[in-house]
Amino acid sequence: MRRVGSGGPHPPPEEAVRTATEQAIGVRQVSSPRRSLPAGQWLGGVLVLLVIGLVLWGRRHGFGLADYLQFLVDGLQAGAIYTLVALGFVVVHRVTGIINFAQGAFVMLGPMVTITIYGRGWPLPPAVRLLLAAGLAAGLTAVVGVAVYRLAVHPARGASLLTRIMITVGAYVALQGVALLLWGPRSYVLPAFSTLQMADRTFLVGDVLFKAQSLWIWVTAGVTLALLALFFERTILGKAMRACAADRLAARLVGVRVDTMATVAFGLAAVLGAVAGIVVGPLTRPAYDMGLEIGLKGFVAAVMGGLVSFQGAVAGALLLGVLETLWAGVTLAGFKDLFAFVVLILVLLVRPHGVAGGEEEVGGS
Amino acid sequence: MRRLSGNAAVFVLSAALVGAIGWLEGTRPGGLSLPRLTAGLVTLDLLIRAGVFTIILVGLNLLMGYAGQVSLGQAAFYGMGAFFSAIFTVKARQVGIPLTLSGAWWWPWVVMGLGAALVGGFAYLIGWVILRLRGHYLAMATLGLGVAVFIILRENLGLSRLDLTGGFDGVVGIPRLRVGTYPLWPLHRYFFLVWSFALAAVALGLNIVDSRLGRALRAIHHSQVAAETLGVNVPRYKAQIFATSAALAALAGSLYAHFQAAVVPATFGFVPSLELVLMSAVGGMASIWGAPLGALAILLLEELLRTRLRLLLPGTGGELEAVAFGLLLILVLLFWPRGLAGRASGPLRRPIPTGGAGQSVRPAGVPRA
Repeated sequence: MRRVGSGGPHPPPEEAVRTATEQAIGVRQVSSPRRSLPAGQWLGGVLVLLVIGLVLWGRRHGFGLADYLQFLVDGLQAGAIYTLVALGFVVVHRVTGIINFAQGAFVMLGPMVTITIYGRGWPLPPAVRLLLAAGLAAGLTAVVGVAVYRLAVHPARGASLLTRIMITVGAYVALQGVALLLWGPRSYVLPAFSTLQMADRTFLVGDVLFKAQSLWIWVTAGVTLALLALFFERTILGKAMRACAADRLAARLVGVRVDTMATVAFGLAAVLGAVAGIVVGPLTRPAYDMGLEIGLKGFVAAVMGGLVSFQGAVAGALLLGVLETLWAGVTLAGFKDLFAFVVLILVLLVRPHGVAGGEEEVGGS
Repeated sequence: MRRLSGNAAVFVLSAALVGAIGWLEGTRPGGLSLPRLTAGLVTLDLLIRAGVFTIILVGLNLLMGYAGQVSLGQAAFYGMGAFFSAIFTVKARQVGIPLTLSGAWWWPWVVMGLGAALVGGFAYLIGWVILRLRGHYLAMATLGLGVAVFIILRENLGLSRLDLTGGFDGVVGIPRLRVGTYPLWPLHRYFFLVWSFALAAVALGLNIVDSRLGRALRAIHHSQVAAETLGVNVPRYKAQIFATSAALAALAGSLYAHFQAAVVPATFGFVPSLELVLMSAVGGMASIWGAPLGALAILLLEELLRTRLRLLLPGTGGELEAVAFGLLLILVLLFWPRGLAGRASGPLRRPIPTGGAGQSVRPAGVPRA
């Protein structure tokens, strides 16, 4: 138990090797129906029923097609945000085996730092100033992410899973506290990207309202995904990180610096979180405590996707965004945040491995 | 048992200490009082809150330190107990309870017991399913549970017309407890009450640890598979201890509600849950005596931060507390994993490093070659 760090039984070596190989060459585990198919189908069935139930419930309010399309658009916008956050969880978890509870703090730091730098009034055109501020904020958040890993997580690498979980939780609380110290409890305004003012451009397509900021969110998420894909497929660093994800021991044997890769993973996750926070900033009025909710939802999305699969995380995030918006539309708006946790518990119970995930040890000490 | 006699001695000592402090505050001999003796740092108010937290922490330590199951949402049960008491005493008429019942002196006590039992039962059902999860997943699920309960309390249980929990503002005017016509009120009487409960919880915890259940929990912590192989009914024991810890937290919540006379949902959110974990870690998770020690240590630290640090760094308020909590949690876990009451061989002892480069981060479940 102590030797494998997080404990749990050893799987038979040959199975682990097979798993590692499959993960390394990117085989999705559809070949083991015992594990993935029945539960996945079951979960799919439950989710479909949930959608039908919510839609039927909405009929009572007299919702028409346009309303549902509006929910879809809003849901996909939220889903794109959750995607970026979820990818941060997945990157860290694949490379280090840790769930980084501090991910939400990165999401909060992005917009808060952006607002501060943007408000300094440097003699530049506002658009350039905003871009510069966003870039600096993402960079600074990356530094914070690396610091969290090197100072808090890495020193505890030999400790029990319980300890490591609580260390990242402690990092979250400390970062949120620092934010409270720096920015106070009030919420701030980040200007919309297209108008550089509080009010955003909107346009109607049919009866469905689109916000210009939603387009920014989708474009950013798409570009980020493409860059990530390029990074993991085409660069040596990305490939080395995938090697760590597949099998840390084997990666070390072929000369990959596992600790460096873990550091990079934390930095990358921090940038993803910061970007998510920055693009959603104009819609949410950022405050020091915005990270908890959005971080948890990103985690739910990542779990829906199995915590190890990028495609799964994207699918889970979009699904969560749409379902949650639908739920908030037909029930109380105040209950919106409740939905993610209902889904989380549902998903974890039906299939602790997630919807599209591969082999992943769920056990802990 | 060798340790039992030690525990009994410490127990008697603690009871005597509680008695002495209560007597000191009750009679104030020669103008002496607790704040005067401790330069204003320790007050009865602080000690009562420490007692309330002790009750929760005994349960949390059994759950986390002994059974090895993380709970990042323990404040949810605390809040459920507090609001159960608040609603059924203040808003008794709205939920259809006749005045003959709700006006009686024993009614709050019945509500308190009923609340603890119901919350425990609820946790038993939830625990049966939720504790199938392990490690990170359990941590997130309990965190989610905590946030969900917080939202439900904040949103008036979804029944906004009844206005039972009062939304953000909570419930005020919760009556003080009394026995017959004897009110348990000036602070020192309530102090006796809370610490009687706290010491009873400690005694319960000490007994559980050395019982069949306690041995089963340690077996589960060490290796769930091995425990199962030896015939330990793992899901049942886990659900039992989860329910016990929840019932203790609910009881503490009721005591808190009658102490503060007002409850707001914010007291039972995410940060309080983490505060509990921090107290547990500082006191020593794998120890029942860690419960009172951790609660006292953190509350004293809070008090110090609030009163003393403000003099050094003017203009800072509660913000510093959060930073300190987070950093402290990390530092304690890294450098002092056994906490104040830790023994040399607690279940959470640090693993022995096995060979130079071999101890970097490893994927769970991948065997060492």
